Amino acid sequence: MKGMTIIVKIISGWVKVLIFLFGIYIILFGHLTPGGGFAGGVILASCYVLLMLAFGREFVEENLPLPLASKLDCVGALAFAVIAILGLVLGGSFFINFLYQKYLPGEALNLISAGTIPLSNLAIGLKVATSLFLVILVLSMFRPDMSGDKKE
Amino acid sequence: MAIFYILLLFIITAAIIAVETKNLLSAVICVGAIGFGASLMFLFLRAPDIAITQIVVEVLGLIILIRVCISRELTFISGPREFFAVVVSVVIIFAIFLAGIKVLETLPAFGTPIFAEVPDAASQTYVEEGLRKTGAANLVASVILDFRAYDTLGEATVLFTAIIGATVILRKKTKKLLEEPDV
Repeated sequence: MKGMTIIVKIISGWVKVLIFLFGIYIILFGHLTPGGGFAGGVILASCYVLLMLAFGREFVEENLPLPLASKLDCVGALAFAVIAILGLVLGGSFFINFLYQKYLPGEALNLISAGTIPLSNLAIGLKVATSLFLVILVLSMFRPDMSGDKKE
Repeated sequence: MAIFYILLLFIITAAIIAVETKNLLSAVICVGAIGFGASLMFLFLRAPDIAITQIVVEVLGLIILIRVCISRELTFISGPREFFAVVVSVVIIFAIFLAGIKVLETLPAFGTPIFAEVPDAASQTYVEEGLRKTGAANLVASVILDFRAYDTLGEATVLFTAIIGATVILRKKTKKLLEEPDV
């Protein structure tokens, strides 16, 4: 039997929704309340780590396979770079907040405000979540089979 | 103010125990205690952004370290310390201590912002015009993603490179990954 006892499995099955929702909240409201892309991304990654500890690695790998996580990681990094370069193209300077200054000023303290900052938060959150998930997945896959490799 | 001294005492005690104990698992748990103490300290210094990040990263790192410690058979450190390494460490810590005293002398008093003493500091612009220039209510977000976005780009690049390195190095040993070369 993979994973931990039935108590841990059921409790983590309930709690994972709350943790995931809290991570998304931290990312989305990063420009209004404390938090941001990095903290929210780590919370999302730790939600997957909880599932991995409770249900075993195979369960998580079915849910979010390694190639998909790797691609999401690249998408997050690419989105952040694209936001930076769009600032150069549309606003005239690298990383300028073109959305706030020209197109979508928004109202302060609203969810849709601050231009590119929420978008950057989303990109960073996606990137950090998938990267840390990948670290733990790769480390748990890693088995130092020294006895078999020495003969080669 | 007393809470800071209590937390400081807690952190220093945990650090000494983490260095001196022979059991690797106890040392890892003491390192976690240091991190939680630091997180509480950030919270009492009214820096909730850093407190959240610190506690979340601490939990994740602690889980990984405990997992590594449990899966290893040899969790006890034995044998004497190297004399040369101890001398070098003590000298480096002493140098950092002396430099720290010099640096702390230049800081303003506890609770006063740095632009009260240094005119035209960059932080004054951030605090006064951050909301008007970026529209973000959270000033930390406006600094790390607008004024100082290059830093964040560099940090993201470092993380990206680290993940690529870990994936490439560790996948030679795993059989499942060898079947899927297109990762």
